[in-house]
Amino acid sequence: MLKSWVLITMGLLAGGTAMAEEGDSPVQPSGADINNIESLQRGARNFMNYCSGCHSLKYVRYNRVAADLKIPESELGNLMFTSTKSFDTINSAMPNDAESWFGKQPPDLSLMARERGVDYIYSFLKGFYVDKTRPWGVNNLVLPGAAMPHVLAELQGLQKPVFKNEPDDHGSARMVLVGVEAMTPGALKPEEYDQFVRDTANFLDYAGEPVKAKRQSMGVFVTLFLLVFFVFAYLLKKEYWKDVH
Amino acid sequence: MAAAPESADSSKGGSLIGWIDQRFPLTKLWREQVSEYYAPKNFNFWYYFGVLSLVVLVNQLVTGIFLTMNYKPSSAEAFSSVEYIMRDVDWGWLIRYMHSTGASAFFIGIYLHMFRALLYGSHRKPRELIWIFGCLIFLLLMAEGFMGYVLPWGNMSYWGAQVIVSLFSSVPYIGGALVEWIRGDYYIADATLNRFFALHVAALPLALIFLVIAHLMALHEVGSNNPDGIEIKKHKDAQGHPLDGIPFHPYYTVKDLVGVAGFLLLFCGVIFFAPTFGGLFLESPNFEPANALQTPPHIAPVWYFTPFYAMLRAVPSFAGTQVWGVLVMGAAVMVLFFLPWLDRSPVLSIRYRGPIYKVMLTIFVLSFICLGVCGLKPPSGIYPMLARVCTVLYFAFFLLMPWYTKFDSVKPVPERVTGHA
Repeated sequence: MLKSWVLITMGLLAGGTAMAEEGDSPVQPSGADINNIESLQRGARNFMNYCSGCHSLKYVRYNRVAADLKIPESELGNLMFTSTKSFDTINSAMPNDAESWFGKQPPDLSLMARERGVDYIYSFLKGFYVDKTRPWGVNNLVLPGAAMPHVLAELQGLQKPVFKNEPDDHGSARMVLVGVEAMTPGALKPEEYDQFVRDTANFLDYAGEPVKAKRQSMGVFVTLFLLVFFVFAYLLKKEYWKDVH
Repeated sequence: MAAAPESADSSKGGSLIGWIDQRFPLTKLWREQVSEYYAPKNFNFWYYFGVLSLVVLVNQLVTGIFLTMNYKPSSAEAFSSVEYIMRDVDWGWLIRYMHSTGASAFFIGIYLHMFRALLYGSHRKPRELIWIFGCLIFLLLMAEGFMGYVLPWGNMSYWGAQVIVSLFSSVPYIGGALVEWIRGDYYIADATLNRFFALHVAALPLALIFLVIAHLMALHEVGSNNPDGIEIKKHKDAQGHPLDGIPFHPYYTVKDLVGVAGFLLLFCGVIFFAPTFGGLFLESPNFEPANALQTPPHIAPVWYFTPFYAMLRAVPSFAGTQVWGVLVMGAAVMVLFFLPWLDRSPVLSIRYRGPIYKVMLTIFVLSFICLGVCGLKPPSGIYPMLARVCTVLYFAFFLLMPWYTKFDSVKPVPERVTGHA
């Protein structure tokens, strides 16, 4: 019986990891930790300062963020740029005709981490490089042809693309984008910028599922309870089945 | 006025149960169906999946009721109302994850339950009707799962519905009109969502409950099969109880309690630690609202449909129509109904069958899993050919069964069941 359980579980896990391995975009692990409250607080501040001008979090309420991230109500006002009521959702300051500025309306980010993953956001924000052919002068490693300007350029500085000559199947020369390297420095050191982006991505992971950290910590207690319940159920079964021969 | 006749009525027991028993067969039902229903004493691990499916059915019904209280079945509000449940409704996230994980758990349970029948011949005479009711449950469950997946109105909901409903357009002559009738509009729209909601929360669950009751009534009429595939009613004691049988209650109620506890450990593990299960149980494109103008890069149904979806894609179009793939997919489900009559082996259980059936069953299971993987992947590279081979193997298992089960060798079957778990 135990063997069968183990086999089933292994089969399921193998299926799960096979799915996770898919995707060929240059997404790096972010190292974001949903249980790190300080990181989430910094991420919330970063989001309000640098993202909320264009991007909304229309399913997230200010007071929920304050409660979950242990931000005192008195300090909440510093984060609220688009509303005066703490139970409001986080709207952007972007007018409805922003499409004519960027080619598309800046998307709501409430569920971006659930749709693309926290590592995607982290890599996206690190992936801007100079590309004179694009309307804002930058392109993105993770999302080629991105409509977004590099709003964090003052912090990160600018990066330039690195190409490698890789002949295609027919032997003709082809330049392949393999990465980026720093071109001009920004206000933050590279490690500081990584941390900045990690915190921001972490906050968006929280915004995608505010209950995530609580869910996982509750899960530990649920599992412990069920383990104890399993043992007692098993002992009860053994007691009853003593007389079956 | 009522005092005199009432005291006369309850003269037998004088208790509340006695009062009820004179008006409703409560004790009789309990005895016949539970405390004096004799089940073989040698049930093993594979016999948990029936009761586990029942537990999941109850989970789906109860969590479904609570989801319905906050869900809005309109194309304008459906997506936001699901996020409202996930964020603003107390414990809404837990109820939603229990429901979404329950859908996958239901199919895992049902697939393993059906595999048990293939192992021990539970579909064979005299249990053909139990099997047929079971196949109907499986069919309805697929419809229920599909419509449930449309309700969150994410982009995969939308495009999944688009793909599946379009299948009906391959029906000759009436296809176009049929699809329009199903959708209630010229595209997947508000009207479609509304009717899928009605079917998902009222019509199909009601039919499912009736079928589950019929499934259990038929089972309790003929009695359960067992891993030895032999009839326990052939050997009875002085009271007329099968010698190899034990009352369902308390023996199997306490044993199933252990199974349910083990199941809940895995089930809650998924709910609390991996509710999307790496994109298999909840697909990531479904966290984007339905968008009729933007097709997801790769449309894949949820995992439990992928074996059948792979068969659909495996069949090339022929004579200018795609209907053959749809027919093959339909036949893959329909062929299950004929299983009791396709199997000609003189024995029921795999324990006493010869090597051919064991090999065929192994190939069948592997090809079914392989089809499931093919259905998840984009139809490029080796997957289309692999899906074709596996589709042939899937049907070979059923269509060649009358011959290979007849010619396969068998071992002598014992008179009495062998041991118990």
